[in-house]
Amino acid sequence: MSAIDLLSEPAAPGATTVEAPRSGGIIRRLPLEAKIGAGILLVLFLAGLLAPLIAPYGQNELDFTNIFSGPSASHLFGTDGAGRDVFSRTLYALRLDLGVVLLVTYPPLVVGVLVGAVAGYFGGLVDAIVARIVDTMIAFPFMVLVIAVIAIVGPGIKGVLIGVPIVAWALYARLARSEMLVLREQQFMLATTALGYSRWRAIFRHAVPNLLRSSLIYSTLDMVVNLLLLASLAYLGLGAQPPNAELGSIIADGQSTLLSAWWIATLPGLVVVLFGIGAGLLGDGISDGKLRGRLQ
Amino acid sequence: MLNYLIRRVALAVVVLFGLLVATFFIIHLVPGDPVEIVLGGHAPPAQIASVRHQLGLDRPLLSQFGLYLSRMVQGHFGVSFTLGSPVGQIIGQRLGPSAALIGYGMLLSVLIGVPLAIFAALRPNRWLDKAIRVGTTLTFAMPGFWLGLMLALIFGLELGWFPVSGYSGGIGGIFRTLTLPALALGLALAGVVVRTLRSSLLEVLQSEYIEAARSRGLSELRVVGKHALRNSVMNTLTILSVNVGFLIGGTVVIEQVFQIPGLGSLLVEAVEKRDYQLVQTLALLAGSAVVLASLAADLVQATLDPRVRLAGR
Repeated sequence: MSAIDLLSEPAAPGATTVEAPRSGGIIRRLPLEAKIGAGILLVLFLAGLLAPLIAPYGQNELDFTNIFSGPSASHLFGTDGAGRDVFSRTLYALRLDLGVVLLVTYPPLVVGVLVGAVAGYFGGLVDAIVARIVDTMIAFPFMVLVIAVIAIVGPGIKGVLIGVPIVAWALYARLARSEMLVLREQQFMLATTALGYSRWRAIFRHAVPNLLRSSLIYSTLDMVVNLLLLASLAYLGLGAQPPNAELGSIIADGQSTLLSAWWIATLPGLVVVLFGIGAGLLGDGISDGKLRGRLQ
Repeated sequence: MLNYLIRRVALAVVVLFGLLVATFFIIHLVPGDPVEIVLGGHAPPAQIASVRHQLGLDRPLLSQFGLYLSRMVQGHFGVSFTLGSPVGQIIGQRLGPSAALIGYGMLLSVLIGVPLAIFAALRPNRWLDKAIRVGTTLTFAMPGFWLGLMLALIFGLELGWFPVSGYSGGIGGIFRTLTLPALALGLALAGVVVRTLRSSLLEVLQSEYIEAARSRGLSELRVVGKHALRNSVMNTLTILSVNVGFLIGGTVVIEQVFQIPGLGSLLVEAVEKRDYQLVQTLALLAGSAVVLASLAADLVQATLDPRVRLAGR
């Protein structure tokens, strides 16, 4: 039964009308750690979204009279070797990074859940083929595959936007498929057959809403993985290209002056860690740790 | 056992074949022209055509794929056009540091992760368990390269215990040059080991045979050390094998941070020089390593645990 415990009650036809008034209750019922995590993520997303409004300086505003100055009231994260304000650059970097993270996390989630649902529902040959493709995609070290795509597409965000989704759907497909195998034996799914609903109606209207929940829980962790990947690629010089501020490239810039100007590499890194903590708390809070084990 | 062995090996062969297909088609279907990449964009059409012919790119896609397949299976990985020597040879020269780094990283993740998981599972939801949980959330959230930089800053630059870049072989050399990189790599994995092992230990500790062992009056050390832990060894093995891909990806970045001349830094060099043949082979190699690691782990598990090899009957 444990696989089902995670899932919300099976959505009955017409259940959508009761969804709306319940949603406020769901947030209140969340454990404290999930609320804190959601709060952290909200702040970071807002900071990125509003970067042009709240950043005290431009992302490439040079000030050669004020280079390598430590964190202070006017420069929260200090300045770098060209006198640029590291805090403002971090905000702009969040804007770019989190935007890309959303783009490479959620569209693959939708594709993966649909593929996994169809494979799990029909079983047989379709399922066997999908399962082997998923095995293959997951066998590649994620980072290496994305870098291979970048080698062809060329360095930059474009390589990330193509490379990550090529692999990312597979994890969701695996998750949705394994749940579908359990779900299709449930009473309400058997009922869809008994009632003579078409298979597609059974899959999309009745199974998929139930499968989405655990994929959405997993997506909080996936966002962290993707953010780390994005920052790592930029650190390697393969991600976002200058003059765009990007978390990994800001940290890479600070590497050579780590001892004399520690803040350039350290503080933007802490922002990445903060995002991970927020997503980790949210994910743990809403899944109670059950999901993580199942993905192993 | 033979039955299981055949089924498991067949599955690995299917996935390895899938990897070959994937590496081939990534090069050919992703937007971007390998020839233009090799020549740098502004080459005369005649030269483009001749390079195209030289690389076999003017043949039909399927015949190219056949050629690629037969070459790869025979171990002819081609010649790197930027370094001028056979790809296999180049990779051989850079394999050592990466293998050492991955092995050392795994070792550290076990040395750190297993004791912490036991502490956490013995007293669940007490302060130590909670502190460990916070710690694992932190290591999960940290970018590997940033953690590497912070370790270099503290233990390399401030305290001067370890050098912050370079590589030298031998046990002493590896200890000196790879401890910080392996720690940067292993800490994130240690977090995964702690979380998974903790929950599996908790499950085992509630089982009836543990209760039976306790009721026979065995000491807690014996109950946990001999009975519970033994069942969790397999779990740890699985966690490690599942995460080989994660470790390989991690070495790409960590080798860059600490300037280690391994396969990861070779991959980055290859991308910078746009040597796609080298990139293709490295991607294939990395994928194969993951497949073989999980095959090895499953076979070891089947040898030691009859429940696994008999499950599919």
